[in-house]
Amino acid sequence: MAVVRYREALNQALREEMTRDERVFLMGEDIGVFNGAYKVTAGLLEEFGEARVRDTPISENTIVGMGVGAAMTGTRPVVELMTINFSLLAMDQIVNHAAHIRYMFGGQVAVPLVVRMPQGAGHQLGPTHSHSFEALYLHVPGLLVAVPSTPADAKGLLKSAIRDDNPVIFIEHEYLYGQRGDVPDADDGDHLVPFGRAAVRREGEDATIVGISRMALTAVRAAEALADQHDVSAEVIDPRTLRPLDLDTILASVRKTNRCVIVEEGWPHGGVGANLAALIQEQAFDWLDAPVGRVTGADVPMPYSKPLEQIAFPHEPQVVDAVLATLRDS
Amino acid sequence: MQLIRRFEERAGELYAKAKIGGFLHLAIGEEATIVGAARALRDTDYLISTYRSHGHAIARGTPPEAVMAELFGKQDGCSRGRGGSMHMFDLERRFMGGYGIVGGNLPIAAGFGLSAELLGTDDATLCMFGDGASNQGTFGETMNLAALWRLPVVFMVTNNQFGMGTALARHSAVTDLQRKGESFGVPGVRCDGMDVADTYRVVCDALKRAREERQPLLVEAVTYRFRGHSMADPEEYRTREQVAEWRKRDPIALWSRRLVEAGVLDEAAVEALDREAVAQVDEAVAFADASPFPAPESLYDDVYVLGDQVRGWYSVDERTPDVHRGEEERERGVHPSTREEYDQHAAGPHESGDAPRPADEAQDAGERAHDGERGG
Ligand SMILES: Cc1ncc(C[n+]2csc(CCOP(=O)(O)OP(=O)(O)O)c2C)c(N)n1
Repeated sequence: MAVVRYREALNQALREEMTRDERVFLMGEDIGVFNGAYKVTAGLLEEFGEARVRDTPISENTIVGMGVGAAMTGTRPVVELMTINFSLLAMDQIVNHAAHIRYMFGGQVAVPLVVRMPQGAGHQLGPTHSHSFEALYLHVPGLLVAVPSTPADAKGLLKSAIRDDNPVIFIEHEYLYGQRGDVPDADDGDHLVPFGRAAVRREGEDATIVGISRMALTAVRAAEALADQHDVSAEVIDPRTLRPLDLDTILASVRKTNRCVIVEEGWPHGGVGANLAALIQEQAFDWLDAPVGRVTGADVPMPYSKPLEQIAFPHEPQVVDAVLATLRDS
Repeated sequence: MQLIRRFEERAGELYAKAKIGGFLHLAIGEEATIVGAARALRDTDYLISTYRSHGHAIARGTPPEAVMAELFGKQDGCSRGRGGSMHMFDLERRFMGGYGIVGGNLPIAAGFGLSAELLGTDDATLCMFGDGASNQGTFGETMNLAALWRLPVVFMVTNNQFGMGTALARHSAVTDLQRKGESFGVPGVRCDGMDVADTYRVVCDALKRAREERQPLLVEAVTYRFRGHSMADPEEYRTREQVAEWRKRDPIALWSRRLVEAGVLDEAAVEALDREAVAQVDEAVAFADASPFPAPESLYDDVYVLGDQVRGWYSVDERTPDVHRGEEERERGVHPSTREEYDQHAAGPHESGDAPRPADEAQDAGERAHDGERGG
């Protein structure tokens, strides 16, 4: 066990999986000589060579598509895209191809591909680089979707993603790359975090807060503020993967607290929270003492200007307000 | 060119002081490609570029004040503070934008050409993009359609030898970029992108053919960026010697030497021009400083064109637990906790070092950007 940054945890996962399985290889823009836009792949070119750490031209749709083809024929590609907004250029290969090929061809092939990329606002990158799109990928049957919020989960989930035979959309977060946390290293044995198992980050009795991606951290801070300033005990759940989703853990919590607020950085319409709120009311309606609350990014393209950007995604006070509102309603 | 150079040098300094956020891509070294090309345009022609386009806006006539204010994220910025360094825009001067998505501007440029065709104008379009962008699917698709439909568009690839940290020969199988459009029906020409006069001449010819013969062309401007890809690029992918070699052909030094040799300017006049440029940049900074941040109430402005059908839009406000209609937000006022958040950031960077530096594509995001950053 060692304290490492989220980006280093990802780097360890890649290194360990490449060492374990010769078929695992990396492709992406500036991942080799440049060591990666966010340095996640630092040092891997030297260690594994140009054949397995491949710098690509700026051709998102094609590199993901080549990943699909390579995955169908015996290798296990991990494709890095610099930012989730650029994955929109590869939407065709991700949705029409990666997600559908197995089904469309009657189960004869699998597409064991991982597409990794960061998302998120807060660094003034403006409307082409700052969004949160987990909801877009959550929408698509055939994909697995991971949204790790801690270094340990980043490592464990990435290792599981690489070993899984399904296409995985692995969503990292720009803000989280520098965050530190305890992470089991290779000496501790294989650190795998299974998909479909939520983490309860904090236990509580009065309300459940579900935080997605970086918002899992915001949710924990909000829960601390609720305890300190409002005498409210909130339970915080980080689903860690959205497909498969560990609905059982969320429902068990809601049945205990009778209130739920979902926090995400993405847009409200068709968001993760919209979907989850529907599932909760379908399956735990009788336990709810208040409408399910949502705290989301503002329904706008992300502005550049710093103060505007800061009010366009959620912070603790909005989460606190939303939780208090569920308590007032009852 | 001198104004653009001084402007960008200052922008770099202000970035280090956290007056400017996000990514800042400077075109220092590439000024001749910008000015040579922009000067070849008529006022009614369209120019479209990339995330590296402070100079393109200025060359098109956008006041440096408005460009600097945009970098500061201010209300009087040329994109009203919404776009930042990567997304400059000035409709009045037909600077049709800098775009943050590599290759995203190519089809849009062809669309300007299509409008000219449909509306029967003789406006031409100049579309500038990098060598790296020539690998996007949009490149081939746009070349084909522009040639097929005979659109009045000149494509200009500013070959600065690198796409971020990847050298041309490592990202493109064909390195003779002027030939990259040939098989699509777009002939190529090359110009010396360190020579403003050569660039001007070649682009003038290309625009003439595009306008009169409806023949799209691909101009390759051979150039070099003296600085990193963006502000904190460690530049491990190239040698100092290579940079020094190219710096000998600094486009501004070359041009002023030529003017002096030809007796058009004397040394004193060159220096006076520089002083003037510096003074203009000073003014731009003062203006940007004085300009207010966009008001928090304006967050939802301009998402849609409003009219009879779209009077406002249904919006779930993340800042309050209430559900309401976005347009009415102005009347409702801003939630107190939102106001607090806004005021805190509008007050400017904090001395404590918790002002987040951008997690640049080219820098170690975590070490700088996130240590000590206040929570999201
Ligand atoms: C679709 C997309 N992919 C990746 C990026 C990240 N990125 C920004 S600039 C750049 C390099 C572009 O190189 P080039 O086109 O040669 O232009 P230059 O930066 O040299 O002016 C990359 C990869 C992006 N902005 N958009």
